[in-house]
Amino acid sequence: MELYRSHVLICGGTGCTSSGSDKVEAKFHEEIKKNGLEKEVKVIRTGCFGLCEVGPVVVVYPEGSFYAHVKEEDAKTITEEHLLKGRIVKDLLYYESIQEDSDQVKSINEVEFYQKQMRIALRNCGVIDPENIEEYIAMDGYAALGKVLTEMEPADVINIMKQSGLRGRGGGGFPTGVKWSFAAGAKGDQKYMICNADEGDPGAFMDRSVLEGDPHAIIEAMAIAGYAIGASKGFVYIRAEYPIAVHRLEIAIGQAKENGLLGKDIFGTGFDFDLEIRLGAGAFVCGEETALLQSIEGYRGMPRPKPPFPANKGLWQKPTIINNVETLANIPQIILKGPEWFASIGTEKSKGTKVFALGGKINNTGLIEIPMGTTLREVIYDIGGGIPNGKKFKAVQTGGPSGGCITYQHLDESIDYDNLIALGSMMGSGGMIVLDEDNCMVDIARFFLDFTVDESCGKCTPCREGTKRMLEMLEKITSGQGEEGDIEKLEKLAYTIKDSALCGLGQTAPNPVISTIRYFRDEYEAHIKDKKCPAGVCKNLLTYYITDACIGCTKCARNCPVDCISGEVKKLHVIDSDKCIKCGACMEACPVDAIIKR
Amino acid sequence: MKSLAELAKIRDNAKNKIDLRGKKNTRIVVGMATCGIAAGARPVLLALVEEVKKRNLTDVEVVQTGCIGVCVLEPIVEIYDETGEKVTYVEMTPEKARKVIADHIVNGKVVSEYTIGAKKA
Repeated sequence: MELYRSHVLICGGTGCTSSGSDKVEAKFHEEIKKNGLEKEVKVIRTGCFGLCEVGPVVVVYPEGSFYAHVKEEDAKTITEEHLLKGRIVKDLLYYESIQEDSDQVKSINEVEFYQKQMRIALRNCGVIDPENIEEYIAMDGYAALGKVLTEMEPADVINIMKQSGLRGRGGGGFPTGVKWSFAAGAKGDQKYMICNADEGDPGAFMDRSVLEGDPHAIIEAMAIAGYAIGASKGFVYIRAEYPIAVHRLEIAIGQAKENGLLGKDIFGTGFDFDLEIRLGAGAFVCGEETALLQSIEGYRGMPRPKPPFPANKGLWQKPTIINNVETLANIPQIILKGPEWFASIGTEKSKGTKVFALGGKINNTGLIEIPMGTTLREVIYDIGGGIPNGKKFKAVQTGGPSGGCITYQHLDESIDYDNLIALGSMMGSGGMIVLDEDNCMVDIARFFLDFTVDESCGKCTPCREGTKRMLEMLEKITSGQGEEGDIEKLEKLAYTIKDSALCGLGQTAPNPVISTIRYFRDEYEAHIKDKKCPAGVCKNLLTYYITDACIGCTKCARNCPVDCISGEVKKLHVIDSDKCIKCGACMEACPVDAIIKR
Repeated sequence: MKSLAELAKIRDNAKNKIDLRGKKNTRIVVGMATCGIAAGARPVLLALVEEVKKRNLTDVEVVQTGCIGVCVLEPIVEIYDETGEKVTYVEMTPEKARKVIADHIVNGKVVSEYTIGAKKA
């Protein structure tokens, strides 16, 4: 048997890989070999640890030492000091691991970032090797599938899902058990189970991380769902932009087939289930379920009216269930621990946990999983570590291009499906973008509209034409051409699109505008009436000035790309506003902060 | 996969390989600074790891540390129980290490003749 005394876990998520964790891994292998430790120390590539901000992340067990920002050359230091001589390299640890008042080093599990989290969907991410089915099985993997196939009737499984209160994590929040019961009750010689991994919201990467860190959980859950609704065939629809997730999923499907956990007669029960991957080309609209079905069938991804719902007429007109990745990731745990356990977590109508991708103006950018009902304040300040550079918190944008923003007045509101909708936003798939005083809300609305206009499939007029017109109005306002009445016009058009667009994408596209007008009408008015951008973002409404604090060092003039700053050495400099392109290079260059924008 | 028993077998085997990443109550610490390594701490460490695995002691972790201070008595092995109480063994060898696992960890009997207290007296 292998006798490793130490495990080195290196994050292999997309975040850490892009900051060089693959090179760090190679270096660890090299150094460990050089020091003759290859029989004692095992290097494992895992999924996302969540604290992407400090990547590449390396965790050494049994101590649980949490190394952050690990560079190639650090692999040598850690090997020689920690692995060989047992001295934890404190300089390289995540800052919070070191306690000021003692010599004790905190393990990764004691760090504040993880303390308020509760990991169900992410439970194996950063713990196991996603490319090794044995490690998944060691964490009770496939035990839920075994239990379902040998002890339960399909109707029992659906009842468990209903009792657990699990709701779809992709955005809509429809109860999973109810959805399954529709497909189970539908007539058809062939039914299909589909996993929707077409994650498209800007700034969201929950599903990618689950697939990268724990692909077998999705396979197991799909087989369970297949049994419950009577489907023998499944598809994972995933975007081609997620190469690591696709690769790991391919490996996992291969291993599951080899071990007879996919294919014919699983666990000797006569149940057959097979799984295939379908790659999407990255269209946002393909996350909409009817468009997704079109895409799998080989047509251009465009939604169609519902009903009929996919549960009755889905893929190739057969009953089909489409569940999101995170929804599925919860299912094996619900089977093993029971629906009562799951229902005991969260709020009255929103059970369990939710994964959020935390981004924007926040210290701990990364992936978090919290019980439903956690307040926004806990997420931003306790887990997220607050706003960088002492800036003031302004709002959080949730739900991506379909959602809205939540402001500081609502910091103590609890996060769940219904509460977010009451606040004019939505859960969405779980992107959470934090905005501070330097973000212009009109510009944020323009950004999301720009995205939807790009991604609109063009099938229905309200979305194709309406969002385009809304974007034009926003561009007019941000460029200083706004007129009295524009806000009202925007609102009217927004509600018209909401009422008349064909699919979820169009119906929710105006949300960022509606919500920013609701909470930040004063910013819109400042743009239109005073021709000012209070946050100093919209270039056309800005002018750069040099104040009396100028020491005449000439740095600004030398850094200006259009040579619009004049002045003699040691004398006050002046910006020619007509030539200025408002790039801000002078402001960054000024050593005495004498340049301001208004 | 033809049966649940087959799955359970794979799980039990694989569990052994990853339980290093869980939280343990008993902690065995081996001094592995230059002084420790020179005095032969490495074979002691490996013997401890091997013995822990062989006896399937899932609640015990073996970790290394730097210089404990009394280099003259290396290799040093310290055992912490769940309350943080510590017993320090000195001048260890792989054979002594195996006995410590058998007597101290498994049967709860401190091997007093190997402890630092016995050395001083």
